[in-house]
Amino acid sequence: MGIEQKLGNMGVATTTLETVVNWSRTNAMWPMLFGLACCAIEMMAAQASDYDMSRFGMELMRASPRQSDLMIVAGRCSKKMGPVLRLLYDQMPEPKWVIAMGDCASCGGVFNNYAIFQGVDEVVPVDVYVAGCPPRPEALIHGVMTLYEKVNAQKVTAPVTA
Amino acid sequence: MTQIQEVSIDQFKHLVSERALRGETMLLNMGPQHPSTHGVLRLLLELDGETIINCISDIGYLHTGIEKNMEAKTYQKAEVMTDRLDYMNTMGNNLAYVMAVEKLVDLDVPVRAQALRVILVELQRIASHLVWLGAFGLDLAAMSVFLYCFRERELVLDIFEMVSGQRMMTTYIRPGGLWRDVPVEFEKAVRDFVQLFHKRVDEYERLMTRNPIFIDRLVGIGYLDKKTALSYGVTGPTLRASGVNWDLRKATPYLGYEQYDFNVPVSDDCDTYARYIVRIQEMRESLKIIEQAMNKLPLGPVRSENRKFVPPPRSEIGVSMESLIHHFKLWTEGFLAPKGSIYNAVESPRGELGVFLESDGGPKPYRVHMRTPSFDNLAVLPEITKGHLVADLVAILASIDIVLGDSDR
Repeated sequence: MGIEQKLGNMGVATTTLETVVNWSRTNAMWPMLFGLACCAIEMMAAQASDYDMSRFGMELMRASPRQSDLMIVAGRCSKKMGPVLRLLYDQMPEPKWVIAMGDCASCGGVFNNYAIFQGVDEVVPVDVYVAGCPPRPEALIHGVMTLYEKVNAQKVTAPVTA
Repeated sequence: MTQIQEVSIDQFKHLVSERALRGETMLLNMGPQHPSTHGVLRLLLELDGETIINCISDIGYLHTGIEKNMEAKTYQKAEVMTDRLDYMNTMGNNLAYVMAVEKLVDLDVPVRAQALRVILVELQRIASHLVWLGAFGLDLAAMSVFLYCFRERELVLDIFEMVSGQRMMTTYIRPGGLWRDVPVEFEKAVRDFVQLFHKRVDEYERLMTRNPIFIDRLVGIGYLDKKTALSYGVTGPTLRASGVNWDLRKATPYLGYEQYDFNVPVSDDCDTYARYIVRIQEMRESLKIIEQAMNKLPLGPVRSENRKFVPPPRSEIGVSMESLIHHFKLWTEGFLAPKGSIYNAVESPRGELGVFLESDGGPKPYRVHMRTPSFDNLAVLPEITKGHLVADLVAILASIDIVLGDSDR
Protein backbone atom coordinates (compact mmCIF):
# COMPACT_ATOMS: atom_id res chain seq x y z
CA MET A 1 0.00 0.00 0.00
CA GLY A 2 2.99 2.30 -0.16
CA ILE A 3 3.73 5.01 -2.62
CA GLU A 4 5.55 2.46 -4.85
CA GLN A 5 2.30 0.71 -5.72
CA LYS A 6 0.72 3.94 -6.79
CA LEU A 7 3.62 5.11 -8.89
CA GLY A 8 5.34 1.92 -10.01
CA ASN A 9 9.08 1.49 -9.77
CA MET A 10 10.29 5.06 -9.96
CA GLY A 11 13.94 4.32 -9.58
CA VAL A 12 15.66 7.60 -8.92
CA ALA A 13 14.18 10.94 -8.00
CA THR A 14 16.29 14.03 -8.19
CA THR A 15 15.87 16.98 -5.90
CA THR A 16 17.95 19.56 -4.16
CA LEU A 17 19.40 19.21 -0.70
CA GLU A 18 17.62 22.37 0.38
CA THR A 19 14.24 21.01 -0.60
CA VAL A 20 14.78 17.82 1.37
CA VAL A 21 16.14 19.58 4.43
CA ASN A 22 13.38 22.16 4.48
CA TRP A 23 10.74 19.53 3.78
CA SER A 24 11.88 17.52 6.76
CA ARG A 25 12.08 20.59 8.95
CA THR A 26 8.56 21.72 8.18
CA ASN A 27 7.00 18.29 8.45
CA ALA A 28 8.28 17.49 11.90
CA MET A 29 8.36 20.80 13.65
CA TRP A 30 7.97 20.26 17.34
CA PRO A 31 6.62 23.21 19.27
CA MET A 32 7.51 23.76 22.87
CA LEU A 33 4.71 23.15 25.36
CA PHE A 34 4.69 26.64 26.70
CA GLY A 35 1.68 28.81 27.33
CA LEU A 36 1.56 32.14 29.07
CA ALA A 37 -2.04 33.32 29.17
CA CYS A 38 -5.32 33.34 27.29
CA CYS A 39 -3.79 32.43 23.93
CA ALA A 40 -2.46 29.23 25.44
CA ILE A 41 -6.03 27.99 25.76
CA GLU A 42 -6.59 28.62 22.07
CA MET A 43 -3.27 26.92 21.37
CA MET A 44 -4.55 23.91 23.31
CA ALA A 45 -7.76 24.08 21.28
CA ALA A 46 -5.67 24.09 18.10
CA GLN A 47 -3.98 20.93 19.32
CA ALA A 48 -7.24 19.26 20.32
CA SER A 49 -9.91 17.38 18.43
CA ASP A 50 -11.54 20.04 16.30
CA TYR A 51 -8.49 21.67 14.79
CA ASP A 52 -5.86 18.97 15.23
CA MET A 53 -2.54 20.65 14.53
CA SER A 54 -0.85 17.27 14.29
CA ARG A 55 -2.00 17.25 10.69
CA PHE A 56 0.88 19.65 10.07
CA GLY A 57 3.60 17.63 11.73
CA MET A 58 3.02 19.08 15.17
CA GLU A 59 2.13 15.82 16.76
CA LEU A 60 4.33 16.38 19.73
CA MET A 61 4.45 19.30 22.08
CA ARG A 62 7.77 19.02 23.83
CA ALA A 63 7.90 20.07 27.44
CA SER A 64 11.64 20.63 27.21
CA PRO A 65 13.12 23.47 25.17
CA ARG A 66 16.07 21.22 24.33
CA GLN A 67 13.85 19.06 22.16
CA SER A 68 11.81 21.71 20.41
CA ASP A 69 12.20 23.67 17.18
CA LEU A 70 9.43 26.19 17.57
CA MET A 71 8.43 28.46 20.40
CA ILE A 72 4.87 29.71 20.29
CA VAL A 73 4.73 32.64 22.67
CA ALA A 74 1.06 32.39 23.52
CA GLY A 75 0.01 35.29 25.65
CA ARG A 76 1.19 38.41 27.40
CA CYS A 77 4.78 38.44 28.58
CA SER A 78 5.33 40.28 31.83
CA LYS A 79 8.56 41.94 32.89
CA LYS A 80 9.11 39.15 35.39
CA MET A 81 8.66 36.50 32.72
CA GLY A 82 11.00 38.16 30.19
CA PRO A 83 14.29 36.70 31.48
CA VAL A 84 12.71 33.25 31.73
CA LEU A 85 11.47 33.50 28.15
CA ARG A 86 14.93 34.48 26.93
CA LEU A 87 16.50 31.61 28.88
CA LEU A 88 14.11 29.14 27.30
CA TYR A 89 14.85 30.53 23.85
CA ASP A 90 18.59 30.26 24.42
CA GLN A 91 18.20 26.63 25.47
CA MET A 92 16.54 25.64 22.22
CA PRO A 93 18.87 24.08 19.66
CA GLU A 94 19.35 25.65 16.23
CA PRO A 95 17.50 25.91 13.91
CA LYS A 96 14.72 27.52 15.90
CA TRP A 97 11.75 29.71 15.18
CA VAL A 98 9.38 31.86 17.19
CA ILE A 99 5.73 32.62 16.60
CA ALA A 100 4.28 35.54 18.56
CA MET A 101 0.71 34.44 19.05
CA GLY A 102 -1.84 37.11 19.76
CA ASP A 103 -1.83 40.85 20.16
CA CYS A 104 -0.11 40.91 23.54
CA ALA A 105 2.87 38.92 22.32
CA SER A 106 2.98 40.90 19.07
CA CYS A 107 2.64 44.45 20.33
CA GLY A 108 1.38 44.56 23.89
CA GLY A 109 -2.27 44.40 22.88
CA VAL A 110 -4.68 46.12 25.22
CA PHE A 111 -2.13 46.22 28.01
CA ASN A 112 -0.15 49.38 27.55
CA ASN A 113 1.27 49.54 31.04
CA TYR A 114 4.21 49.04 33.35
CA ALA A 115 3.98 45.27 33.62
CA ILE A 116 3.87 43.94 30.09
CA PHE A 117 6.47 43.91 27.30
CA GLN A 118 5.11 45.84 24.35
CA GLY A 119 5.74 42.97 22.01
CA VAL A 120 7.76 39.91 22.78
CA ASP A 121 10.24 40.88 20.05
CA GLU A 122 11.89 43.01 22.71
CA VAL A 123 13.07 39.72 24.22
CA VAL A 124 13.41 37.15 21.44
CA PRO A 125 13.54 37.45 17.62
CA VAL A 126 10.11 36.73 16.17
CA ASP A 127 9.47 35.09 12.80
CA VAL A 128 5.70 35.24 12.49
CA TYR A 129 3.18 37.48 14.22
CA VAL A 130 -0.37 36.18 14.59
CA ALA A 131 -3.00 38.86 15.18
CA GLY A 132 -6.10 38.44 17.31
CA CYS A 133 -7.10 38.60 20.93
CA PRO A 134 -6.94 35.68 21.17
CA PRO A 135 -6.40 34.44 17.60
CA ARG A 136 -8.72 31.66 16.54
CA PRO A 137 -7.08 28.25 16.17
CA GLU A 138 -7.41 28.70 12.41
CA ALA A 139 -5.37 31.89 12.68
CA LEU A 140 -2.66 30.07 14.59
CA ILE A 141 -2.59 27.34 11.96
CA HIS A 142 -2.34 30.04 9.30
CA GLY A 143 0.58 31.47 11.22
CA VAL A 144 2.23 28.08 11.24
CA MET A 145 1.66 27.75 7.48
CA THR A 146 3.24 31.17 6.99
CA LEU A 147 6.21 30.02 9.00
CA TYR A 148 6.49 26.92 6.80
CA GLU A 149 6.63 29.13 3.73
CA LYS A 150 9.41 31.08 5.34
CA VAL A 151 11.32 27.93 6.26
CA ASN A 152 10.90 26.51 2.77
CA ALA A 153 12.50 29.60 1.30
CA GLN A 154 15.55 29.29 3.52
CA LYS A 155 18.99 28.41 2.19
CA VAL A 156 20.73 25.58 3.99
CA THR A 157 23.97 27.48 4.14
CA ALA A 158 22.48 30.66 5.48
CA PRO A 159 22.44 31.24 9.24
CA VAL A 160 19.04 30.21 10.47
CA THR A 161 18.47 32.93 12.98
CA ALA A 162 19.64 36.41 12.27
CA MET B 1 10.31 56.27 41.36
CA THR B 2 11.12 54.01 44.24
CA GLN B 3 14.51 52.41 44.35
CA ILE B 4 14.75 48.74 43.54
CA GLN B 5 16.11 47.03 46.65
CA GLU B 6 18.53 44.18 46.57
CA VAL B 7 17.20 41.19 48.46
CA SER B 8 19.63 38.85 50.12
CA ILE B 9 19.13 35.12 50.23
CA ASP B 10 19.13 35.24 54.06
CA GLN B 11 15.69 36.81 54.00
CA PHE B 12 14.24 33.67 52.51
CA LYS B 13 15.91 31.10 54.73
CA HIS B 14 12.90 30.80 57.02
CA LEU B 15 10.88 29.36 54.15
CA VAL B 16 12.81 26.10 54.11
CA SER B 17 13.67 23.68 56.87
CA GLU B 18 16.93 23.50 58.82
CA ARG B 19 17.90 20.41 56.92
CA ALA B 20 17.91 22.25 53.62
CA LEU B 21 20.53 24.66 54.96
CA ARG B 22 22.74 21.73 55.88
CA GLY B 23 22.29 20.30 52.41
CA GLU B 24 20.44 17.18 53.52
CA THR B 25 17.38 17.88 51.43
CA MET B 26 17.14 19.00 47.85
CA LEU B 27 15.66 22.22 46.56
CA LEU B 28 13.95 21.74 43.23
CA ASN B 29 12.58 24.41 40.98
CA MET B 30 9.29 23.55 39.26
CA GLY B 31 8.19 26.02 36.65
CA PRO B 32 7.51 28.67 35.44
CA GLN B 33 7.71 26.67 32.24
CA HIS B 34 6.28 23.34 33.25
CA PRO B 35 3.41 21.50 31.57
CA SER B 36 1.65 20.76 34.84
CA THR B 37 1.69 24.14 36.53
CA HIS B 38 -1.28 25.37 34.47
CA GLY B 39 0.40 28.50 33.26
CA VAL B 40 3.40 30.26 34.67
CA LEU B 41 3.39 29.30 38.31
CA ARG B 42 6.77 28.65 39.88
CA LEU B 43 7.04 26.25 42.76
CA LEU B 44 10.15 25.84 44.84
CA LEU B 45 10.08 22.37 46.33
CA GLU B 46 12.13 21.11 49.20
CA LEU B 47 12.42 17.39 48.74
CA ASP B 48 13.58 14.50 50.83
CA GLY B 49 13.96 11.83 48.21
CA GLU B 50 10.69 12.25 46.41
CA THR B 51 8.68 13.42 49.41
CA ILE B 52 7.74 17.07 49.56
CA ILE B 53 8.78 18.75 52.80
CA ASN B 54 8.08 22.31 51.76
CA CYS B 55 6.37 23.82 48.79
CA ILE B 56 6.87 27.53 48.21
CA SER B 57 4.88 29.10 45.43
CA ASP B 58 6.20 32.09 43.54
CA ILE B 59 3.58 33.96 41.58
CA GLY B 60 3.62 37.14 39.55
CA TYR B 61 4.98 35.77 36.27
CA LEU B 62 1.74 36.83 34.65
CA HIS B 63 1.25 40.09 36.50
CA THR B 64 -0.52 42.23 33.95
CA GLY B 65 -1.44 45.42 35.78
CA ILE B 66 -5.09 44.96 34.90
CA GLU B 67 -6.34 46.81 37.96
CA LYS B 68 -4.10 49.78 37.25
CA ASN B 69 -5.05 49.83 33.58
CA MET B 70 -8.73 49.89 34.45
CA GLU B 71 -8.25 53.14 36.36
CA ALA B 72 -7.27 54.83 33.10
CA LYS B 73 -10.48 53.85 31.31
CA THR B 74 -14.10 54.80 31.66
CA TYR B 75 -16.45 52.32 33.32
CA GLN B 76 -17.59 50.93 29.98
CA LYS B 77 -14.19 50.64 28.39
CA ALA B 78 -12.60 49.09 31.48
CA GLU B 79 -14.81 46.06 31.03
CA VAL B 80 -12.63 44.86 28.17
CA MET B 81 -9.84 44.28 30.70
CA THR B 82 -11.94 41.96 32.84
CA ASP B 83 -12.15 39.38 30.04
CA ARG B 84 -8.42 38.86 30.17
CA LEU B 85 -8.39 38.39 33.92
CA ASP B 86 -9.51 34.81 34.28
CA TYR B 87 -9.51 33.63 30.71
CA MET B 88 -11.44 30.48 31.42
CA ASN B 89 -14.35 32.46 32.79
CA THR B 90 -14.70 35.49 30.53
CA MET B 91 -18.48 35.86 30.76
CA GLY B 92 -18.32 35.45 34.53
CA ASN B 93 -15.70 38.18 34.87
CA ASN B 94 -17.81 40.52 32.77
CA LEU B 95 -20.75 39.71 34.98
CA ALA B 96 -18.92 40.38 38.24
CA TYR B 97 -17.63 43.72 37.02
CA VAL B 98 -20.83 44.80 35.32
CA MET B 99 -22.91 43.96 38.37
CA ALA B 100 -20.59 46.06 40.50
CA VAL B 101 -21.00 48.99 38.11
CA GLU B 102 -24.77 48.52 38.09
CA LYS B 103 -24.81 48.54 41.88
CA LEU B 104 -22.66 51.66 41.95
CA VAL B 105 -24.85 53.71 39.62
CA ASP B 106 -28.11 51.95 40.58
CA LEU B 107 -29.01 50.69 37.12
CA ASP B 108 -31.90 48.38 36.34
CA VAL B 109 -31.50 45.25 34.24
CA PRO B 110 -34.42 43.80 32.21
CA VAL B 111 -35.54 40.28 33.15
CA ARG B 112 -34.70 38.85 29.75
CA ALA B 113 -31.13 40.08 30.06
CA GLN B 114 -30.90 38.51 33.51
CA ALA B 115 -32.10 35.13 32.27
CA LEU B 116 -29.73 35.25 29.30
CA ARG B 117 -26.88 36.16 31.63
CA VAL B 118 -27.65 33.11 33.73
CA ILE B 119 -27.61 30.86 30.65
CA LEU B 120 -24.33 32.29 29.37
CA VAL B 121 -22.58 32.20 32.72
CA GLU B 122 -23.62 28.62 33.32
CA LEU B 123 -22.41 27.68 29.84
CA GLN B 124 -19.14 29.34 30.73
CA ARG B 125 -18.98 27.34 33.94
CA ILE B 126 -19.32 24.15 31.92
CA ALA B 127 -16.65 25.29 29.46
CA SER B 128 -14.30 26.17 32.30
CA HIS B 129 -14.83 22.84 34.03
CA LEU B 130 -14.21 21.13 30.70
CA VAL B 131 -10.84 22.79 30.29
CA TRP B 132 -10.10 21.87 33.88
CA LEU B 133 -11.13 18.27 33.33
CA GLY B 134 -9.07 18.01 30.16
CA ALA B 135 -5.98 19.46 31.80
CA PHE B 136 -6.56 17.31 34.88
CA GLY B 137 -6.64 14.24 32.67
CA LEU B 138 -3.47 15.36 30.89
CA ASP B 139 -1.68 15.76 34.20
CA LEU B 140 -2.65 12.23 35.15
CA ALA B 141 -1.47 11.03 31.72
CA ALA B 142 -4.98 10.46 30.36
CA MET B 143 -4.65 12.15 26.99
CA SER B 144 -7.99 11.05 25.57
CA VAL B 145 -9.98 12.93 28.22
CA PHE B 146 -8.41 16.14 26.98
CA LEU B 147 -9.53 15.43 23.44
CA TYR B 148 -13.09 14.62 24.52
CA CYS B 149 -13.38 17.71 26.69
CA PHE B 150 -12.15 20.11 24.07
CA ARG B 151 -14.58 18.64 21.56
CA GLU B 152 -17.50 19.71 23.75
CA ARG B 153 -15.91 22.99 24.70
CA GLU B 154 -15.93 24.00 21.06
CA LEU B 155 -19.73 23.70 21.09
CA VAL B 156 -19.95 26.21 23.93
CA LEU B 157 -17.51 28.53 22.20
CA ASP B 158 -19.61 28.31 19.04
CA ILE B 159 -22.59 29.57 21.03
CA PHE B 160 -20.50 32.43 22.41
CA GLU B 161 -19.32 33.30 18.95
CA MET B 162 -22.90 33.24 17.72
CA VAL B 163 -24.04 35.80 20.29
CA SER B 164 -20.98 38.02 20.55
CA GLY B 165 -18.77 37.45 17.53
CA GLN B 166 -15.84 36.31 19.64
CA ARG B 167 -14.96 32.87 20.95
CA MET B 168 -13.33 33.79 24.23
CA MET B 169 -13.11 37.52 24.95
CA THR B 170 -16.77 38.22 24.50
CA THR B 171 -17.49 41.44 26.46
CA TYR B 172 -21.10 40.57 25.76
CA ILE B 173 -22.55 41.37 29.17
CA ARG B 174 -22.65 45.16 29.41
CA PRO B 175 -23.75 47.58 32.13
CA GLY B 176 -27.54 47.66 31.97
CA GLY B 177 -28.02 44.39 30.13
CA LEU B 178 -26.36 42.84 27.13
CA TRP B 179 -24.62 44.14 24.06
CA ARG B 180 -27.59 43.06 21.92
CA ASP B 181 -30.25 40.40 21.85
CA VAL B 182 -29.29 36.83 21.04
CA PRO B 183 -29.86 35.66 17.45
CA VAL B 184 -32.75 33.31 16.62
CA GLU B 185 -30.43 30.32 16.27
CA PHE B 186 -29.40 30.69 19.90
CA GLU B 187 -32.26 28.71 21.39
CA LYS B 188 -31.74 25.67 19.18
CA ALA B 189 -27.99 25.71 19.69
CA VAL B 190 -28.32 25.79 23.48
CA ARG B 191 -31.03 23.13 23.56
CA ASP B 192 -29.00 20.86 21.29
CA PHE B 193 -25.99 21.35 23.48
CA VAL B 194 -27.91 20.57 26.69
CA GLN B 195 -29.39 17.45 25.18
CA LEU B 196 -26.03 16.24 23.93
CA PHE B 197 -24.04 17.17 26.98
CA HIS B 198 -26.03 14.99 29.41
CA LYS B 199 -24.70 11.99 27.51
CA ARG B 200 -21.22 13.40 27.24
CA VAL B 201 -20.89 13.85 31.00
CA ASP B 202 -21.83 10.17 31.37
CA GLU B 203 -19.08 9.43 28.88
CA TYR B 204 -16.46 11.24 30.97
CA GLU B 205 -17.66 9.46 34.06
CA ARG B 206 -17.36 6.12 32.32
CA LEU B 207 -13.79 7.00 31.40
CA MET B 208 -12.67 8.12 34.81
CA THR B 209 -14.94 7.90 37.82
CA ARG B 210 -14.49 4.19 38.48
CA ASN B 211 -11.15 3.85 36.73
CA PRO B 212 -8.88 2.03 39.23
CA ILE B 213 -5.74 3.93 38.19
CA PHE B 214 -7.57 7.18 38.52
CA ILE B 215 -8.89 6.27 41.97
CA ASP B 216 -5.48 5.08 43.13
CA ARG B 217 -3.91 8.37 42.19
CA LEU B 218 -6.59 10.59 43.69
CA VAL B 219 -8.24 9.09 46.76
CA GLY B 220 -6.69 10.35 49.97
CA ILE B 221 -4.34 12.72 48.14
CA GLY B 222 -4.22 16.39 49.06
CA TYR B 223 -6.40 16.25 52.15
CA LEU B 224 -7.83 19.69 52.85
CA ASP B 225 -9.90 19.79 56.00
CA LYS B 226 -12.76 22.17 56.57
CA LYS B 227 -10.99 24.34 59.12
CA THR B 228 -7.86 24.91 57.01
CA ALA B 229 -9.95 25.62 53.95
CA LEU B 230 -11.99 28.26 55.76
CA SER B 231 -8.98 29.85 57.42
CA TYR B 232 -7.24 30.29 54.06
CA GLY B 233 -10.34 31.76 52.42
CA VAL B 234 -10.68 28.93 49.95
CA THR B 235 -13.90 29.13 47.95
CA GLY B 236 -15.66 27.41 45.11
CA PRO B 237 -15.64 23.69 44.33
CA THR B 238 -12.42 23.28 46.31
CA LEU B 239 -14.23 24.45 49.47
CA ARG B 240 -17.35 22.45 48.72
CA ALA B 241 -15.27 19.31 48.33
CA SER B 242 -14.12 19.94 51.91
CA GLY B 243 -17.65 19.66 53.22
CA VAL B 244 -18.70 23.31 53.38
CA ASN B 245 -21.97 24.08 51.68
CA TRP B 246 -21.18 27.58 50.45
CA ASP B 247 -22.22 28.75 47.04
CA LEU B 248 -22.91 32.42 46.41
CA ARG B 249 -25.67 31.48 44.01
CA LYS B 250 -27.55 30.02 46.97
CA ALA B 251 -26.14 32.11 49.82
CA THR B 252 -26.68 35.55 48.28
CA PRO B 253 -28.75 34.95 45.14
CA TYR B 254 -28.19 37.32 42.24
CA LEU B 255 -29.63 37.40 38.70
CA GLY B 256 -32.68 35.58 40.03
CA TYR B 257 -30.81 32.40 40.87
CA GLU B 258 -33.38 31.81 43.61
CA GLN B 259 -35.96 30.96 40.93
CA TYR B 260 -34.02 27.99 39.68
CA ASP B 261 -34.10 24.57 41.21
CA PHE B 262 -30.60 23.20 41.56
CA ASN B 263 -28.42 21.52 44.15
CA VAL B 264 -25.01 22.51 45.38
CA PRO B 265 -22.78 19.43 45.22
CA VAL B 266 -20.89 18.98 48.46
CA SER B 267 -18.52 16.22 49.47
CA ASP B 268 -17.05 15.40 52.87
CA ASP B 269 -14.09 13.43 51.54
CA CYS B 270 -11.83 16.51 51.32
CA ASP B 271 -9.39 14.91 48.87
CA THR B 272 -8.51 15.31 45.21
CA TYR B 273 -11.08 12.75 44.15
CA ALA B 274 -13.83 14.67 45.97
CA ARG B 275 -12.90 17.82 44.07
CA TYR B 276 -13.21 15.92 40.82
CA ILE B 277 -16.62 14.52 41.78
CA VAL B 278 -17.91 17.93 42.88
CA ARG B 279 -16.94 19.52 39.57
CA ILE B 280 -18.50 16.74 37.51
CA GLN B 281 -21.73 17.13 39.45
CA GLU B 282 -21.58 20.90 39.07
CA MET B 283 -21.64 20.48 35.31
CA ARG B 284 -24.86 18.49 35.63
CA GLU B 285 -26.37 21.14 37.91
CA SER B 286 -25.41 23.86 35.43
CA LEU B 287 -27.24 21.94 32.73
CA LYS B 288 -30.33 21.88 34.96
CA ILE B 289 -30.14 25.65 35.41
CA ILE B 290 -29.69 26.25 31.68
CA GLU B 291 -32.68 24.05 30.86
CA GLN B 292 -34.92 25.86 33.34
CA ALA B 293 -33.75 29.27 32.18
CA MET B 294 -34.38 28.33 28.55
CA ASN B 295 -37.87 27.08 29.35
CA LYS B 296 -38.97 30.32 30.94
CA LEU B 297 -36.90 32.76 28.93
CA PRO B 298 -39.05 35.92 28.93
CA LEU B 299 -39.37 38.17 25.91
CA GLY B 300 -38.64 41.85 26.04
CA PRO B 301 -35.74 44.28 25.89
CA VAL B 302 -32.21 43.19 26.82
CA ARG B 303 -30.94 46.64 27.68
CA SER B 304 -32.00 49.16 30.24
CA GLU B 305 -33.86 52.23 28.94
CA ASN B 306 -31.80 54.50 31.18
CA ARG B 307 -29.99 56.51 28.51
CA LYS B 308 -27.70 58.21 30.98
CA PHE B 309 -25.77 54.96 31.37
CA VAL B 310 -26.74 52.73 28.45
CA PRO B 311 -26.07 53.73 24.84
CA PRO B 312 -29.14 53.94 22.59
CA PRO B 313 -29.71 51.37 19.85
CA ARG B 314 -28.00 52.07 16.58
CA SER B 315 -31.31 52.58 14.74
CA GLU B 316 -32.27 55.50 16.97
CA ILE B 317 -29.09 57.49 16.44
CA GLY B 318 -30.00 58.58 12.93
CA VAL B 319 -33.49 59.82 13.83
CA SER B 320 -33.25 61.15 17.36
CA MET B 321 -31.16 64.13 18.41
CA GLU B 322 -31.18 63.06 22.08
CA SER B 323 -29.97 59.59 21.18
CA LEU B 324 -27.10 61.06 19.20
CA ILE B 325 -26.12 63.24 22.15
CA HIS B 326 -26.35 60.34 24.60
CA HIS B 327 -24.29 58.14 22.33
CA PHE B 328 -21.65 60.80 21.90
CA LYS B 329 -21.49 61.58 25.61
CA LEU B 330 -21.30 57.93 26.63
CA TRP B 331 -18.50 56.99 24.25
CA THR B 332 -16.38 60.08 24.69
CA GLU B 333 -16.72 61.13 28.30
CA GLY B 334 -18.48 58.11 29.78
CA PHE B 335 -20.98 58.38 32.58
CA LEU B 336 -20.33 59.87 35.98
CA ALA B 337 -20.70 57.49 38.86
CA PRO B 338 -21.65 58.73 42.32
CA LYS B 339 -18.95 58.96 44.95
CA GLY B 340 -18.59 55.82 46.99
CA SER B 341 -17.34 52.30 46.99
CA ILE B 342 -18.97 49.00 46.23
CA TYR B 343 -18.11 45.33 46.50
CA ASN B 344 -19.89 42.72 44.48
CA ALA B 345 -19.16 39.02 44.41
CA VAL B 346 -20.37 36.26 42.12
CA GLU B 347 -19.68 32.56 42.04
CA SER B 348 -17.12 31.90 39.35
CA PRO B 349 -16.16 28.32 38.36
CA ARG B 350 -13.24 28.66 40.77
CA GLY B 351 -14.97 30.36 43.68
CA GLU B 352 -15.87 33.80 44.90
CA LEU B 353 -14.96 36.39 42.31
CA GLY B 354 -15.39 39.81 43.84
CA VAL B 355 -14.98 43.25 42.34
CA PHE B 356 -14.33 46.27 44.51
CA LEU B 357 -14.92 49.65 42.90
CA GLU B 358 -14.02 52.96 44.44
CA SER B 359 -15.47 55.99 42.73
CA ASP B 360 -14.46 59.62 43.19
CA GLY B 361 -17.46 60.90 41.26
CA GLY B 362 -15.70 60.94 37.89
CA PRO B 363 -16.22 58.86 34.76
CA LYS B 364 -13.36 56.53 35.62
CA PRO B 365 -12.98 54.23 38.61
CA TYR B 366 -10.59 55.63 41.20
CA ARG B 367 -9.54 52.16 42.27
CA VAL B 368 -10.51 48.70 41.09
CA HIS B 369 -9.63 45.63 43.03
CA MET B 370 -10.48 42.06 42.24
CA ARG B 371 -10.86 39.40 44.86
CA THR B 372 -9.89 36.50 42.68
CA PRO B 373 -10.53 32.90 43.76
CA SER B 374 -7.33 31.43 42.29
CA PHE B 375 -5.14 33.60 44.50
CA ASP B 376 -6.72 32.42 47.72
CA ASN B 377 -7.05 28.83 46.61
CA LEU B 378 -3.40 28.77 45.62
CA ALA B 379 -2.36 29.96 49.07
CA VAL B 380 -3.49 26.69 50.60
CA LEU B 381 -1.24 24.64 48.30
CA PRO B 382 1.78 24.44 50.68
CA GLU B 383 -0.50 23.11 53.42
CA ILE B 384 -1.98 20.26 51.43
CA THR B 385 1.11 19.10 49.56
CA LYS B 386 3.35 18.41 52.55
CA GLY B 387 4.31 14.77 52.82
CA HIS B 388 3.11 13.86 49.35
CA LEU B 389 5.19 12.73 46.39
CA VAL B 390 6.06 15.01 43.49
CA ALA B 391 3.77 13.04 41.19
CA ASP B 392 0.89 13.70 43.59
CA LEU B 393 1.69 17.40 43.67
CA VAL B 394 0.71 17.53 40.02
CA ALA B 395 -2.68 16.00 40.80
CA ILE B 396 -3.24 18.28 43.79
CA LEU B 397 -2.28 21.38 41.85
CA ALA B 398 -4.61 20.41 39.04
CA SER B 399 -7.45 19.65 41.44
CA ILE B 400 -7.58 23.12 43.00
CA ASP B 401 -8.02 24.54 39.50
CA ILE B 402 -5.94 27.68 39.42
CA VAL B 403 -5.72 30.13 36.57
CA LEU B 404 -2.62 32.24 36.79
CA GLY B 405 -4.19 35.16 34.97
CA ASP B 406 -6.72 35.16 37.76
CA SER B 407 -4.26 35.03 40.63
CA ASP B 408 -1.59 37.37 39.24
CA ARG B 409 -3.84 39.77 37.33
